[in-house]
Amino acid sequence: MTTLATTTARIAEAAAPLDGRLPVAPLLERVRAGRKFGPNVYSTLDVLWVLYDRVLRVTPTTADDPDRDRFLLSKGHAVAGYYAVLAAKGFVPPDWLDDQGGPESRLGDHPDRTLVPGVEIGSGSLGHGLGLAVGTALGLRAQGRLEPRVYVLLGDAELDEGSNHEAIAYAGATGVPNLTAIVVDNSSATHGWAGGLASRFTVNGWTAVTVDGRDHAALYTALTGHHGHRPHVVVAVVENGEQS
Amino acid sequence: MRESFVDTTTTLLAENPRTALVLADISAEAFAPAQRRHPDRVLNLGIREQLMLGVAGGLALTGLRPIVHSYAPFLVERAYEQIKLDLDHQAVSAVLVSVGASYDRAAAGRTHLSPADVSLLDTLAGWTVHVPGHPAEVPGLLRATVAADGPAYLRLSTLRNERPHVGDGSLVVVRDAGAGAPLLVAVGPTLDAALAAVAELPVTVAYTHRPRPFDIAGLRALAGTEVILVEPYLAGTSTRVVAAALADRPHRLLALGIGREELRRYGSAEDHTRWHGLDAAGLRRSVTDFLSPALV
Repeated sequence: MTTLATTTARIAEAAAPLDGRLPVAPLLERVRAGRKFGPNVYSTLDVLWVLYDRVLRVTPTTADDPDRDRFLLSKGHAVAGYYAVLAAKGFVPPDWLDDQGGPESRLGDHPDRTLVPGVEIGSGSLGHGLGLAVGTALGLRAQGRLEPRVYVLLGDAELDEGSNHEAIAYAGATGVPNLTAIVVDNSSATHGWAGGLASRFTVNGWTAVTVDGRDHAALYTALTGHHGHRPHVVVAVVENGEQS
Repeated sequence: MRESFVDTTTTLLAENPRTALVLADISAEAFAPAQRRHPDRVLNLGIREQLMLGVAGGLALTGLRPIVHSYAPFLVERAYEQIKLDLDHQAVSAVLVSVGASYDRAAAGRTHLSPADVSLLDTLAGWTVHVPGHPAEVPGLLRATVAADGPAYLRLSTLRNERPHVGDGSLVVVRDAGAGAPLLVAVGPTLDAALAAVAELPVTVAYTHRPRPFDIAGLRALAGTEVILVEPYLAGTSTRVVAAALADRPHRLLALGIGREELRRYGSAEDHTRWHGLDAAGLRRSVTDFLSPALV
């Protein structure tokens, strides 16, 4: 049994940036405000932190720069850690976290790109982010913007949605080189993925790496491990992080 | 109309590097020359309509102006949630262009009939909907909607009127029966049959290829007590718009169009026009009944 205290400590440890400060855990607690979080929140926090702290070339001052990297949160319910990371990195004021979901709040239980600075897509209905990411990646290339990279985060259960498989097959077949998908695999797909998640991508021509979703060094290596002319997928495996 | 769409889109792709075209195999062959010239902006995704709208949303997020094209039921009905979320909810837009209309390929059966497309888009806010009645109306409408920034739907059909009525979609009086006469508004390719239907009746006939936004000011200027709508998609699609526009006036409204019932019959588009009562004889019966209730 995991107690609240040990879970919070685990989050804090997982969220610790390299310089040793712990900015995300207390911010996440402000979002939580005594509520119980589902496993999706904790299983996503590490990859979000590594992305925003070390990988994505985007800051609050470049949030509208056409040459910024894009991060698209497709599993929009994993929003608490997302808001906490955005606050830690200065995209949104930390005060916004205190009434998340309230009548005057800009922070819903799913993010809205028109309401939250730094949020690239509104999501919530599963199976939309990957298609939008493919289009974003193609749109950047069509305009000669070859530097920015598009990252999109999905869950293993979200892959149940058939729309993802339209995008996986097309991006692999045509080779969208500036696209990285991250699938957080917390074993929540009802019927599982026999043969592994990564094979769904590699059979279609993607490069793939499967890593421990809590290992920041491994995540960093995987998230920057794209090469050549093919889309890249990082499968981040995490145990169910739910409080009990 | 499809040829006119292909030619104009091919020109727009060459003229403006912001223009992109997203396909799901339908009409891909016709766009092959454009695809060779602009491989980064003419994207045929294969038979993947959900992805077609998702990609369009992503392209628009980077600042491009996507034109998205397929058969009407696959473009609008199959991918409706993507239209709602990948375009509207992201606060970006595209120009959707369909072929097939309500029953252009009647012999193909229910899977290729799309009488509900305009109704479905009408559940969303801010869409401009064009239903051209002649191929010569298509280039101007396409250019205008692509140049604008908002969401737009062009519903192309093989059915057409004898003559085009270009313009921005404001109601155009085609036949004037004088002040106070009943007003018949014909949308798109229904005009010729409507004109023939009321040839012997004192009815003013106005035409529009733009049911959304409906020309409210024009309607209020022309309407007397009796208003007749003739639409080439689900009957009653524009009833709420007309009712709201005339809410402050006593009026009677007859809304004609495609019935909801699945006929399970093949034949030609002309057969279906007749079966839905939208040929001249059928319209004449409906209009005469409406204008002469005491005689019925």
